[in-house]
Amino acid sequence: MEKLRPASPSWTRGVLYLVVAAFYIPLALMVFESLRFKEISGDWSFSLHWYQVLFSDQALMESLLRSVVIAAGASFIACIVGTFSALAIHKYRFKGVLFLDYMSMVSLVIPELVFALALLSWFAFLKFPLGYLTVIFSHATFCIAFVAMTVTARLNTLDKYLDEAAHDLGATQLQTLWKVILPVLKPAIIAGFILSFLLSFDDFLITFYTSGPGTDTLPIKLYSSMKIGLTPKLHALAVLMMVISVGLILILSRMKGVRELLLNEDS
Amino acid sequence: MSSSTKNAKNMSFISLIPSVWFGVFLLFPILMTFLMSFQKRGTYGGVEWVFHFDNYIRVFDLIYLKIFWKSLLLSGSTTLICLVIAYPLAWALVTLPQRTRSVFLLLLIIPFLTNMLIRIYALKVITAFDGPFIALLVQMGIEVDRFTVSQNIWLVMYGMVTTYLPYMIFPLYAAMDRMNFSLVEAAQDLGACPRHVLFQVLVPNTYKAAVTGASLVFIPCLGEYLIPDLLGGAKSMLMGNLITEQFLKARDWPFGAALAMILIFLLMIFIFLSSRSKGGASGKA
Repeated sequence: MEKLRPASPSWTRGVLYLVVAAFYIPLALMVFESLRFKEISGDWSFSLHWYQVLFSDQALMESLLRSVVIAAGASFIACIVGTFSALAIHKYRFKGVLFLDYMSMVSLVIPELVFALALLSWFAFLKFPLGYLTVIFSHATFCIAFVAMTVTARLNTLDKYLDEAAHDLGATQLQTLWKVILPVLKPAIIAGFILSFLLSFDDFLITFYTSGPGTDTLPIKLYSSMKIGLTPKLHALAVLMMVISVGLILILSRMKGVRELLLNEDS
Repeated sequence: MSSSTKNAKNMSFISLIPSVWFGVFLLFPILMTFLMSFQKRGTYGGVEWVFHFDNYIRVFDLIYLKIFWKSLLLSGSTTLICLVIAYPLAWALVTLPQRTRSVFLLLLIIPFLTNMLIRIYALKVITAFDGPFIALLVQMGIEVDRFTVSQNIWLVMYGMVTTYLPYMIFPLYAAMDRMNFSLVEAAQDLGACPRHVLFQVLVPNTYKAAVTGASLVFIPCLGEYLIPDLLGGAKSMLMGNLITEQFLKARDWPFGAALAMILIFLLMIFIFLSSRSKGGASGKA
């Protein structure tokens, strides 16, 4: 049995409920509006009509596919680079890991806007055409530190004699890494992949700067259409994007260690 | 240990790959932006490589200084409001029974990780011309200008606070959760009222987390683009919008880069100040 802490004054719980309400009432209203449909007779009824309209919109479905491809590509790269980064910093401790440590910190604290415009200027300087690749590389870069975090959390729980045991049994360093370390890190790498996918799928600003003509992701499409005006079809699109994100978050929250990671962002 | 480090030498590809990646896609782009801030805008929007300081002189134009001031003011007040809301909220959270607590934590994490664009969209649904908020005001007999209701600085503030509040809540929650709560019990036994518990027990013990939370809120706020762009309308231009304008519309990249450097500079001042106050707190303890 946990020991109960002295209860806080009831008004503090009031603040908690108010904040939760402030978060969810707009979202609930948006879902409500997306389901409302005005019939020819002038009556309102609930239907999935706007979702049908949404799914039959070729251009939007192409954007959805594009978002998924970009998120998958970026997460794949982030998993490889992020895992190596975590291993280099927390396991092998090579010379020069200080640089890596600093760089991951910079990637976390740099204002998204500055990062976005720096990437745009850099790609322009290299004369690298903006498109799928620029978006994928940019997304991968800000996801690396997050993969490294989930992997580091797992690395810290590992038995430090794991390597020695493998070594005594005749495994080379590379074999140990491939056959012993990576398999135990697999759950953390998968969690990192899902987290990266979520971050990339939701990203607006960096995509806004680094995508070229014809590589609009779903958030960009939603942004440019909502500038013109809100329509029930857009409500449905927003709800669809929300459902995808919330689904990913719920999967993540069930994975061991991820929630602790999210909550201990200080220090 | 020494033999394992020697063996590890042929494993150096492990640190090589992330180092090269960060170099190419993070360090070089930032250095490049820094260099670009001293260049001249080309005739057709490109960059002319002439070294000069004109961009930084232009920054001190009154129009831009006003925008900086407004951005600082908005980010500062957002941080303050988040602090005021997050303290009682985190206190309520840590004293809830375990089960209810994890439900509320999840309820707070979901919007935090959900797309910011979606949350702004939802706010726009409420304040739309034919939306429920205006309908409510009309019902109550309040005359409103529909344009002002759907785009104003208060809406920007609301958007900022709801977006960045979790960055304040989570560090405070974590700090209070680690804190020894018998201190609170002792204070209460000695007759402290809730206000005294808050200001004389909770705040001094979680001061560092509050400073961390303040930087986590302030930094993204100052460079925010989406919220003022979608909820504020043309009147409330902030630094983020000004910079984006230079890059994507006016095509004056060197000036945009100089503005971005000013943004980084302001943030570095903020981080320096907050890290100093952090040190002061630990010195006191």
